[in-house]
Amino acid sequence: MISLTHFLVVSACLFCIGLYMLVSKHNAIQVLIGIELMLNAAILNLVAFGKYDRLNNGGQMFALFAIVLAAATTAVALAIILNVYRQYKTIDPGKIDKLKE
Amino acid sequence: MNLIQFLFYVMGFIALASALFVASTKNVVRSVFMFFITLFALAGLYVLALADFVAITQIVIYVGGILVLILFAFMLSGKETLNIITQQRKPFISLGKIPAILLAVLFLIVVLNMIFKVDADNLEWVKRSIGFKNEIKPDAAMTENIGVNLMTWYLLPFEAISILLMIALVGAAHLSRKGEKQ
Repeated sequence: MISLTHFLVVSACLFCIGLYMLVSKHNAIQVLIGIELMLNAAILNLVAFGKYDRLNNGGQMFALFAIVLAAATTAVALAIILNVYRQYKTIDPGKIDKLKE
Repeated sequence: MNLIQFLFYVMGFIALASALFVASTKNVVRSVFMFFITLFALAGLYVLALADFVAITQIVIYVGGILVLILFAFMLSGKETLNIITQQRKPFISLGKIPAILLAVLFLIVVLNMIFKVDADNLEWVKRSIGFKNEIKPDAAMTENIGVNLMTWYLLPFEAISILLMIALVGAAHLSRKGEKQ
């Protein structure tokens, strides 16, 4: 079978791509996609290690919880982005520099 | 190199290449659609890690739910956003992106260094798990076990996450409605 190191390398690369998107993008939705990429890298690690826990399924179970958490995060974040767009007419995180008015 | 390893390399390559495309493209709609491909390839990787139920959940929730949500938010956020984004015509690697690239590459070097030092396949608990025959075999059907575990051993986190999901749902609905005050 495939060794754990292979999975870890793939997820490390995905995490760094997500980190790059998080830092460099000028669009809140793309920043959100970067966060999703990082979350998916973490879930890949959980799943890869979860292979060695057949009785309790620790890794797979918390991978499921992480997926559900990601769904909740995205729903709230998109609602916030829509509100921010309504207020500022832009979703560039660098241009949102006032707390109110 | 047998078929499983070949599939792993194909899936890993698709996931990484489409993620790189998502990170590098200027067109946001295209990057959202490429993110579909990344998520499908990741679901394939989950199957190869013998977690078929997680893979199906990934496809149902991520591809069916989250991405459609992102697309909706993007299409609803107005014409101006689309125009602003497509107007930027910059070279492939602009000067402003260099700190971000540097940060990501250095972090990748640190993490890869750590991965190769830790040598995950020879960890003590992994070896013990193989010794006790506690690893998942390729022909095992794990969905039933997951269901039983979810209702017994992991009942408290399950309930906590269901309450959290409820709160997030109410919060998102409250945040995204039109404010009557202004």
